[in-house]
Amino acid sequence: MAFRSTAMGLGLRAVNRIGGSALVDRLGLRKPAEKALYHGSRLGFRGADTLARGLKATQKLLKPARLPHQAAQGLFDLTPTEEQQMLRDAAAAYAAEQLRPAAQAADATAAAPAEVLAGIDDLGIAAMSIPEALGGVGAERSAVTHALIAEALAHGDMGLALAGLAPSAVSTALVLWGDQAQQSQYLPAFAAGQGPVAALAICEPQPLFDPLALRTRARRTADGFVLDGVKSLVPRADRAELLIVAAALEDAGPSLFLVEAAGADLRYAAEPAMGLRAASTMRVEFDGVKLPASALLGAGDPIAYRECIRLARLGWCALAVGTAQAALDYLIPYVNERQAFGEPISHRQSVAFAVANIGIETEGMRLATWRAASRAEQGLDFARATAIARRLCADKGVQIGSEAVQLLGGHGFVKEHPVERWYRDLRAAAVMEGVVLI
Amino acid sequence: MINLETPKKFRMLVDQAHQVARQIFRPNSRRYDRAEHRYPRELDMLGALLDGMNAGGGGGEGAGAAGVRRSAARSDEGNRNSSNLSTVLGTMELCWGDVGFLLTMPRQGLGNSAIASVATDEQLERFKGKWAAMAITEPGCGSDSAAIRTTARLDGDHYVLNGEKIYVTAGDRADLVVVWATLDRNLGRAAIKSFVVEKGTPGFELVRLEHKLGIRASDTAAFVLNDVRVPRENLLGDPEINVDKGFAGVMQTFDNTRPLVAAMAVGLARACLEETRKLLEQAGIELDDDAPAFAQHAAASEHRRLESEYEAARLLTLQAAWMADNRKPNSLQASMAKAKAGRSCVEIALRCVELAGPLGYAEGEGGHGLLEKWARDAKILDIFEGTQQIQQLIVARRLLGKTSAELK
Repeated sequence: MAFRSTAMGLGLRAVNRIGGSALVDRLGLRKPAEKALYHGSRLGFRGADTLARGLKATQKLLKPARLPHQAAQGLFDLTPTEEQQMLRDAAAAYAAEQLRPAAQAADATAAAPAEVLAGIDDLGIAAMSIPEALGGVGAERSAVTHALIAEALAHGDMGLALAGLAPSAVSTALVLWGDQAQQSQYLPAFAAGQGPVAALAICEPQPLFDPLALRTRARRTADGFVLDGVKSLVPRADRAELLIVAAALEDAGPSLFLVEAAGADLRYAAEPAMGLRAASTMRVEFDGVKLPASALLGAGDPIAYRECIRLARLGWCALAVGTAQAALDYLIPYVNERQAFGEPISHRQSVAFAVANIGIETEGMRLATWRAASRAEQGLDFARATAIARRLCADKGVQIGSEAVQLLGGHGFVKEHPVERWYRDLRAAAVMEGVVLI
Repeated sequence: MINLETPKKFRMLVDQAHQVARQIFRPNSRRYDRAEHRYPRELDMLGALLDGMNAGGGGGEGAGAAGVRRSAARSDEGNRNSSNLSTVLGTMELCWGDVGFLLTMPRQGLGNSAIASVATDEQLERFKGKWAAMAITEPGCGSDSAAIRTTARLDGDHYVLNGEKIYVTAGDRADLVVVWATLDRNLGRAAIKSFVVEKGTPGFELVRLEHKLGIRASDTAAFVLNDVRVPRENLLGDPEINVDKGFAGVMQTFDNTRPLVAAMAVGLARACLEETRKLLEQAGIELDDDAPAFAQHAAASEHRRLESEYEAARLLTLQAAWMADNRKPNSLQASMAKAKAGRSCVEIALRCVELAGPLGYAEGEGGHGLLEKWARDAKILDIFEGTQQIQQLIVARRLLGKTSAELK
């Protein structure tokens, strides 16, 4: 029940930001909104009082605070819960009204407007996964909810969604694998809203990159670790206060390390890419960076590392589903209006069947992603389901991007339409590791 | 709450169907593939078993042609997992065993589905316990079922049927054939009605059994109808020609048989993937869930790609059935499932033959020796109950909001 009422509060925060009562009415939130305001007096709306916070431990835990898995479900069900539907609607409305209109300029300048990112933060995505003991509102693992929100945001723009979601990957990782000291140190700042810029850095600039065979190395020293290597395509890295970095620990294999940017001698270089440009992707170099012993996340547990890789891949799947759906939704009116040979081009089977196949494959991508996410949050093995979703979204996502441009012809190739951006963004689903967690 | 696992309450049914597939279908698969047109007697006792399952399942939660009868909308809200879902799950398991056998299960014909879906209580009672085949296709019309030329003329208490029907699955073995015929060729779809014709009716003659690429255990018959007199109470559905309602009556059966054929394709695809995986593992090829596609053996990577096509088809099929259980309109999703499953199962089966090499291409009695048979069986699943192209048309029309006159 705790999650339910606060979820409404979270939705409301987004509603406040996107400008008021018209949206409240449109989403049919009046009744829940009144309820949330009632509970709001107990929970308090945070945000205004968080400016002075730093990355300092604000409370002590005796043991790590984890979220329990969702209870195993007896029945097959594709209906989101009421809370999920509300959060998804809020994210979708925000994506349509703020992300889509801002996307082209953000792509051109390789920078995301601060107010757009603040709005994504207001959806409360980080807080949703942080236990109440640490100031969050999470009661259970909610991988499906995260997937639904990522999908809804990517429908607006994948690059902006990525920039906005990246910090919550770090907080989610801390909830899943952090010890009590790490959690107390960092999580309250994420839970408070308008949290720190942060990123989960896995990718390296290598051909055939394999996250299980890292070139970035961590060496043990008397009082901690020394990190050497290069990370690739890290969103907004130079602004990040906190990074989680994957490195091969000499005696323990691939592991995750917490790196506070302040005080560490990190080198950054802009690394603009084919797509995802709104996320200001960067390369980060670690040259003998000293880390305290407390920097190791998840005690170097290889299972935790694999779980991290899988949850990130599902994040990319969810983003790809959202962008593929955006392409479909854009194509339908276009091919119905565009005339050739005296009739709409959609009256030709070669065009109509291409649209049908985009619809079919997008739906398959979505279901495969949902299945893996629901297995993850129920505590079931989700390795195979993730591998399948990843493969499907990689293969079909890129086909959909290409087909979408093709159906617009020359118009698809110019930046007057968003379709060429989707073509570039959808290629990322097969390439990227890390960055987003569901 | 979103959950895409097999419902707990159907696990026993799935397990039973799997045992039937493993212990009865698989060991007999090759024999009846070779002996085309010979009736698989082993299925008789299964028919009885399925009758029991269908009768005992309350809402008809069986693994066969329970039909798609839509009772009045229920007042209780909430998530339902019911006969549509259990039927596709059972079908997937049985077709993991053998698609041909499933198609020739006694009293589980498409005609039985049609009767179960639209018959009156009196008709249900009269045709109870009978095996019913379905006759739609004619030499001059396939996908274009509105163009059928077989005629029905009312003459006193009887309709008199004349015409020719082909591709009647289980036409030889069935007791009844549900024949589509037009009351008036000038009135188009609205005049097409279905009639239950009992075998042995004078003028109703089986002229040929086809020799086929696959599903050879299932007989496929051709009939000629020459002044066949059928009692007027054998017409299924509304005898009036209602031009506004059009095709709805006869097409209703198809809404829920498309997910069933998709389920057949899913079951066959899984059989192929499982046997191929065994062979790859015997060859020392590791299938790793976390390694990137290009950090694996090409065969392992290809197997994973095929699995992803399989999973998309499987989940689309479950979605369509789940929507039917919950009385949500599912025509779009049913066609999506059929299109995806049909084309995927052909691709998967043919690719698995290639991955297995000579072991996959040569005839054997079981296991990988059946890969070549499954690859032959697969093709029909992308054709009958609406070809790939027809499904794409349906999906495209629905997505684009086009009529059949606009998008031909």
